[in-house]
Amino acid sequence: MAKHHITATVNGDPVEFLCEPQETLLDALRDQLHLTGTKEGCSTGDCGACSVTVDDRLVCSCLMLGVEADGKSISTIEGMAQGDELHPLQQKFLEHAALQCGICTPGFLVAAKALLDKKPDPTETEVRYWLAGNLCRCTGYDKIVRAVLDAAAELRGA
Amino acid sequence: MRYEAPSSLEQAVGLLAAATGDARVLAGGTDLLVQMRTDILNPELVVDIKHIPELREVKEEAGGFRIGAAVTGAELKEHPRLKSVWPGIVEAANLIGSTQIQGRATMGGNLCNGSPAADSVPALIAAGAKASVVGSHGRREIAVEDVMLAPRKLALAKGEIIASFLLPAKVKGSADAYLRFIPRTEMDIAVVGCGIALTVDANGAVSRARVALGAVAARPLLVEEAARALLGSKLEDAALNKLDAAAGAACKPIDDKRGTKEYRIKVAGVLARRAAAIAYERARKA
Repeated sequence: MAKHHITATVNGDPVEFLCEPQETLLDALRDQLHLTGTKEGCSTGDCGACSVTVDDRLVCSCLMLGVEADGKSISTIEGMAQGDELHPLQQKFLEHAALQCGICTPGFLVAAKALLDKKPDPTETEVRYWLAGNLCRCTGYDKIVRAVLDAAAELRGA
Repeated sequence: MRYEAPSSLEQAVGLLAAATGDARVLAGGTDLLVQMRTDILNPELVVDIKHIPELREVKEEAGGFRIGAAVTGAELKEHPRLKSVWPGIVEAANLIGSTQIQGRATMGGNLCNGSPAADSVPALIAAGAKASVVGSHGRREIAVEDVMLAPRKLALAKGEIIASFLLPAKVKGSADAYLRFIPRTEMDIAVVGCGIALTVDANGAVSRARVALGAVAARPLLVEEAARALLGSKLEDAALNKLDAAAGAACKPIDDKRGTKEYRIKVAGVLARRAAAIAYERARKA
């Protein structure tokens, strides 16, 4: 079967790639566009490691076909820092030691940014529910939640 | 596998009807892609229905709402009026999966995936929703409780697609509620789900009721005996006891890792009582 020619925007830049019809957006990002910051965890939409936004909507890129991305605007972890300057969420994750092995971290950061873009002053409960679809086997979540709340406070003050 | 993304229902129906191998409709993909990934399904054709305008809109129609089958849970939650009229439906749809899943999952997919534990289905049944089904012979409207026959088995012919759900006109003093029980607070599949919609008259008595249960039988159930238990009552203990008993009596559950038969029957009655109380309070203010 012929590959599909896909035109999309990734982290603000226009991109084109060829993709098999059954290929997931996750595989297209990693294998065609070489954006390997988005991680593959479970591949069944349970762990959130592959979180990206598509037209500002948080999704699991493992549960979307690459062909569905045609004409869409996608944001991945690679678009988060501005050059050498980390996003406040990234900085707070470092300060709070909100990561250990790091495989879940891009997904948590993308998901947390989607929350703060929508809701700059979330409660702890809102953060916990919003991030319920992101699994971390190292931190016990508490440091992640503290880092998100601290980043939210900083972003509001900035 | 072939991927098609038609922009009209006619094209989508034509593609599905003409398929020689297994053909699947792609809405949010949160069930379909998992089943493809795990080799449960290996479709020859996937028809993405998200480019068809009717399937992606929520419209007010005939005093009620028409909800496109491919509208996501996140979009339902953000709709400016839907939640105030049908809070139970929006709550049920929003219980499905994580924030990420909400960004993609749809009520059309939740129903057509054919799981007895689908959260939005008992809420749609309780609301008296009709599914608007389009196929090569035209359009028909069927009650949501008649769509699913058994696990993974639907009352849809080859090529037929659920285009939208029609929620009936808002009646004064009416409201709905949906509750589900899972062993933790997020990210699990219903042990029992219960949707209740009712109307309260000027004296505070229930004049109309619909009660639906999920995850307690091979398909989601409309339980008329349970609805009758509420009629004429102000949810006094006697009425709630009858509701509880009727809900439990309707269950034909399985034993699995989430709960035993006995447990599901017990929980069905408890959830029915609680959902009725929430729907009643909302209806008195509606």
